[in-house]
Amino acid sequence: MAVTFDGGVIIGSDSRATMGGEVVSSKTINKLVQVHQRIFCCMAGSLADAQAVLKTASFQLNLHSVQMEAPPRVIAAASLLRKLCYHNKDELQAGFITAGWDPQKGPQVYVVSLGGMLISQPFTIAGSGSTYIYGYTDAKYRPHMTREEGLQFVTNALALAMGRDNVSGGVAHLVVITEEGAEHVVIPGNKLPKFHDE
Amino acid sequence: MAAAATMMFGQEQMVSSNNDMAPDWTSKEVSTGTTIMAVEYDGGVVVGADSRTTTGAYIANRVTDKLTPIHDRIFCCRSGSAADTQAIADMVTYQLGFHSIELDEMPKVETAANLFKASCYRYREELTAGIIVAGWDKRRGGQVYSVPIGGMCVRQQVSIGGSGSSYIYGFMDANYKPGMTKEQCMELVTNAVSLAMERDGSSGGVVRLAAISESGVERRVVLGGQLPKFFTN
Repeated sequence: MAVTFDGGVIIGSDSRATMGGEVVSSKTINKLVQVHQRIFCCMAGSLADAQAVLKTASFQLNLHSVQMEAPPRVIAAASLLRKLCYHNKDELQAGFITAGWDPQKGPQVYVVSLGGMLISQPFTIAGSGSTYIYGYTDAKYRPHMTREEGLQFVTNALALAMGRDNVSGGVAHLVVITEEGAEHVVIPGNKLPKFHDE
Repeated sequence: MAAAATMMFGQEQMVSSNNDMAPDWTSKEVSTGTTIMAVEYDGGVVVGADSRTTTGAYIANRVTDKLTPIHDRIFCCRSGSAADTQAIADMVTYQLGFHSIELDEMPKVETAANLFKASCYRYREELTAGIIVAGWDKRRGGQVYSVPIGGMCVRQQVSIGGSGSSYIYGFMDANYKPGMTKEQCMELVTNAVSLAMERDGSSGGVVRLAAISESGVERRVVLGGQLPKFFTN
């Protein structure tokens, strides 16, 4: 998931990778990939497809940035991903959340869905565990939150989703992106907030 | 003539196997794809549901009452096939009424739940019924029992069900606390069902609530304009 707050964005994910829904092949995978200094992407769907697309998009983004002689905009990163997902939609099963900060538009969150739709939203959730937290995030989100409120929002939402979805779990990876740069926060499973029945 | 006859025969087959020419509600079963929930509080239970019944993409009834009284202080919330759940509820109402007369006292909520379980489990292959049984009795106070598809029966302090419930698991985990008052429960149920209605295509309409306690049953309806508003982008 990713959410904008006053001055930046926070992008977060769980860390579980499964094979066929039966075996946890990795408990600590990092699904947050840095494509540029202030732009991060979060993978969803087939991790193999997502990694391949991200590698290509990273390369193209760097080339674009060199040609422009300026840091890339967040929408540039998202558009590259969308182009790859849309034109190869028959072969791929990958979706992305792109979040970052640029000087032109400040903090932004973009979603590229499975078929290649690109939209911008103040916050967004995705992945199998997201179904269970639609109600929570709809109720809890406020525009213009502070950094602390944003962190609490993402941590709680991830913890709730991991508590209900069997293919989500592990640790919570969060990255806070502001004008100053990107800060990676990892919250291990036992430090995640607990809710009433745990 | 032969050509016309062939065409007519083909058409008949096509309508019954749901092609693009016939709208899907001519062939889809009536379903209460839905959001239902029940919460225990000190002194009773609060049950809530949305009010949408669908046949495919058509909303057959937008003001359905999915909170069905089984006895004076016992209700059930129905989700799944409308026909299946109505049939089971009618059977249980009869069985429970009979049992209550034999006993010469108000039946236990646990008895009602077990009657639902008996039917849902025995006919599990034929049925699509997810039911929440909630009520008050003098031995154990307010109780909520969940009888999902398959026919298990388990008592819970809070139970949510129906297609819309997936979206509010997180919200309920975060916002339910044991020891709430009746009004707090009503508000929680209204908020939760509204959030689910906002996200689930098969849930919508109004929010129907009922609070069941020793003194009786208080029914409320929260109409569309009065539903709580949340940030949905």
